[in-house]
Parts: sequence; structure tokens; C-alpha cells
Amino acid sequence: MATLTSAPSTQAVWDALDVLTDPEIPVVTLREMGILRDVHVEGNAVEVVITPTYSGCPAMEQIHDDIVSTVKALGVAVRVTTQLAPAWTTDWMTPHARDKLREYGIAPPALCSHAAPSANGSSSIVLQFASKAVARDVVACPRCNSHDTTETSHFGSTACKSLYKCLSCMEPFDYFKPY
Amino acid sequence: MHAAASAHIDYLLHLADNAVVLGQRNAEWCGHGPILEEDIAMSNISLDLVGQARLLYQHVAALKNDGSTEDSLAYFRHAGEFRNYTLLELPHHQALVGYAVDNRDYAVTIVRNFLYSALMALLWEQLQQSTDAQLAAIAAKSLKEVRYHLRHSHDWLVRFGDGTDESHQRAQAALNQLMPYTQEFWTVSAFETQAAKDGVGVDVTGLRNDWHTLVQNALAQATLQMPSSDGFVTTGKHGVHSEHLSFLLDEMQSLARAHPEGVW
Repeated sequence: MATLTSAPSTQAVWDALDVLTDPEIPVVTLREMGILRDVHVEGNAVEVVITPTYSGCPAMEQIHDDIVSTVKALGVAVRVTTQLAPAWTTDWMTPHARDKLREYGIAPPALCSHAAPSANGSSSIVLQFASKAVARDVVACPRCNSHDTTETSHFGSTACKSLYKCLSCMEPFDYFKPY
Repeated sequence: MHAAASAHIDYLLHLADNAVVLGQRNAEWCGHGPILEEDIAMSNISLDLVGQARLLYQHVAALKNDGSTEDSLAYFRHAGEFRNYTLLELPHHQALVGYAVDNRDYAVTIVRNFLYSALMALLWEQLQQSTDAQLAAIAAKSLKEVRYHLRHSHDWLVRFGDGTDESHQRAQAALNQLMPYTQEFWTVSAFETQAAKDGVGVDVTGLRNDWHTLVQNALAQATLQMPSSDGFVTTGKHGVHSEHLSFLLDEMQSLARAHPEGVW
């Protein structure tokens, strides 16, 4: 393996990692998804901090391997650390990433800071959520932008998406669920 | 091991075993779901549950620091060492039906998921305040996931209860069968008491009224009757299980036990 005489700058590592995309949704990068949390360069070793999306997301192993091979190519040792708190949220997705999702045919997630129970909420919020369990987000069709859409299934091709259908243009599409 | 440390481990294993056993059980629908969308839904729910179990087992392995790994905890403990609620290991069929996949009843699957998700939505929310920072972090993630599980099972419960005569009857039968098992939720074990006292866990009896309200409201919407929940109190979390857990574990653990050093 090639070894650099000096360690790469933190910015150089970020730049190298910037090309890595989500294995399931290749139009958005790991950084735009909010999965890449931090980069520390210490001597000739790099630590990359990531946070998992869904607990059981099978893409996390691939993401880990992609990061290791990308940083190793810079000629330095790399350690990937998984950090759970604060828990990943779709609210961290950049506006640019939301646009790219929409162009790709996936409706981007609504902000959960408006809808989800807060971290220090009381159990009454869970009760409230359950009683409103049939209420759905208003989701715009990524094809024709109509709000006349309906959920066909809570769960879609991956854990993070549900299935919707547009009643205006009849397009079936994925909706990235707020998390 | 010190009593507090031992209760801490047992409490985490209880949460992890709950998740992995229900995850494995629900995964039986993968490729066999009643409709394609539900096949996918149940596989996704299982994936979340197995993911939660992995995080918890990894945390236990780190605390034990004795060479345990997430795999050794999931694949190399026997039924008597599992601390899951008995409810979660039961097959997907109504009472007194032989153990045959042909007899799987989706009403049983949905009712169980509803009763358990309702508890866990309340429990994970409280566990975000655990003095165990890693458990609090796992709770924050799991809460986001269980809200979708609760929403899914709640919707289907209403659809079954307020559906056809047959779907109503099967949902009611599943409720009548499973409700007595929920007594185990509220029959607190020594490790739960100790964990709650140490701030690691939550006094689950404090959630009982909210859980009851949540279930009662859903049943009213589904036009189903709240059955009695008395009789024998199951003891899965003490390691004393129904006959069904060993069969479930046998299937889940067989590959890892046949090839203990195997890697992908």
C-alpha cells in the first residue's frame, strides 16, 4: 500500500469521502444523508464517525466497507466508529439531497421535528400518536407535484420507505419516511 | 457478579431477547405473507427488531468483556438462558392448532405485534432517560422504529376487527388467546426491580395505565371486546418458556452451530 509521508488534512478526507453514495439510493451521498458525522485525523491515522440509519439497515456494512477502502486509498490507517447518539434523523438530510431524491422519483421526508414525539416527551405523546395513527403525512407526488396522493403500504422496498400512489397522474412512488 | 451489574446485564438481555425472538418469529412470513405488501412489511419489521437486538447484544458483550460477542449471545445460549416474554415465542396460530405452517393466522401476528409495540412505544420512550447512556441511545432509535410498528399493527387491528365476520372473529379469537400472556409484562422480576432502582431500567408497572388506555381505544375503534387477562402468568423472562422457543431457536441457531467459525 502507498504510504504518504504526511497525513492528509481533515478536509482532504472529507473530500475523498464526498463521492461515496448510499448503496440503496445512489443519487445521494453519505454526507448529504447525514450518515457521516465526523472525521478526526490523528498522526497518520484517520477516524471516521458514522451513525446508522435504521437499526437493521443492511446497507450499513457496505457503507462501512466503502469508507474503509476509500480512506485506505489515501495511504493512511482508518478506523470507523459507530455513534448512536444523537439518533440519526431524516431532518439532517440537506435541501440539495431532498431535491435529488425527488428528481430520482422518491418523495423526500416531511420534517419530523413537527410531527414526532420529542426526546423528552411524556407517554401522553405516544398515546396521542396512537390515537392519530390513521393520520398521514401530506406527500407531494415527485412526478407531477400533486398533493392528491395516498399511501398504499407503510413499508416499501427498504425499511426507510413507504409506498404511495398519485391519484392525479397515477404514478406509484416511494416516500422516504420521516425518522 | 455484583447484584446491580448482574441485573443490568439481565435487563439488557431481556430487551434484546424480546427483539430477536419476535424478529425471528415474524420473519417466518418472509416469502409467505398474505399479500405482497404485508410480506414486505413483516420483513421490514423483523429487520428493525433484529437490528435493535444486535445493538443491545453488542452493548452486553462490551459490558461483560469476557469474550462474548453479539453472535455468541444470540446463537450460543440455550432456551433456558433467554429472557424474552413467552408471548413473543408463540407460533402464528390460534390456540389448540397443531404446529403446522399451513395454520398460520395473520390475526395472531397482528394482535401480538400490536400488544407488544404498544408496550415498547411507552417503554423505549422512558428508557431514553436511562442512566446507561448506550441504552438511552438505543432507545431513541428504537422508539422511532416502534412507532411505525405500532401504526402498522394498529391499522390492521382496526381493519380486521371492523372488517368481515371472519376477520372480526379471528381477531377476537387472537385477542382472547394472547391477552393472558400480557400479564407477564406487569409481573415484575427481581432484575427489573433492581434495574429500575439503579436508573438503568424503568418501572414497567408505571406504564400499565397508559398501555391499557392505548389498547382499549384501539379495540373500541376495531369493535373488538377487551378479553379478561387472568389465569396462569407465563415466566419467559425468568428463562422458563413454552415448548415453542426451543424449536424457534433450533432453526435460528442451526447454521451458526453447524459452522461456529464460519464467516462470509
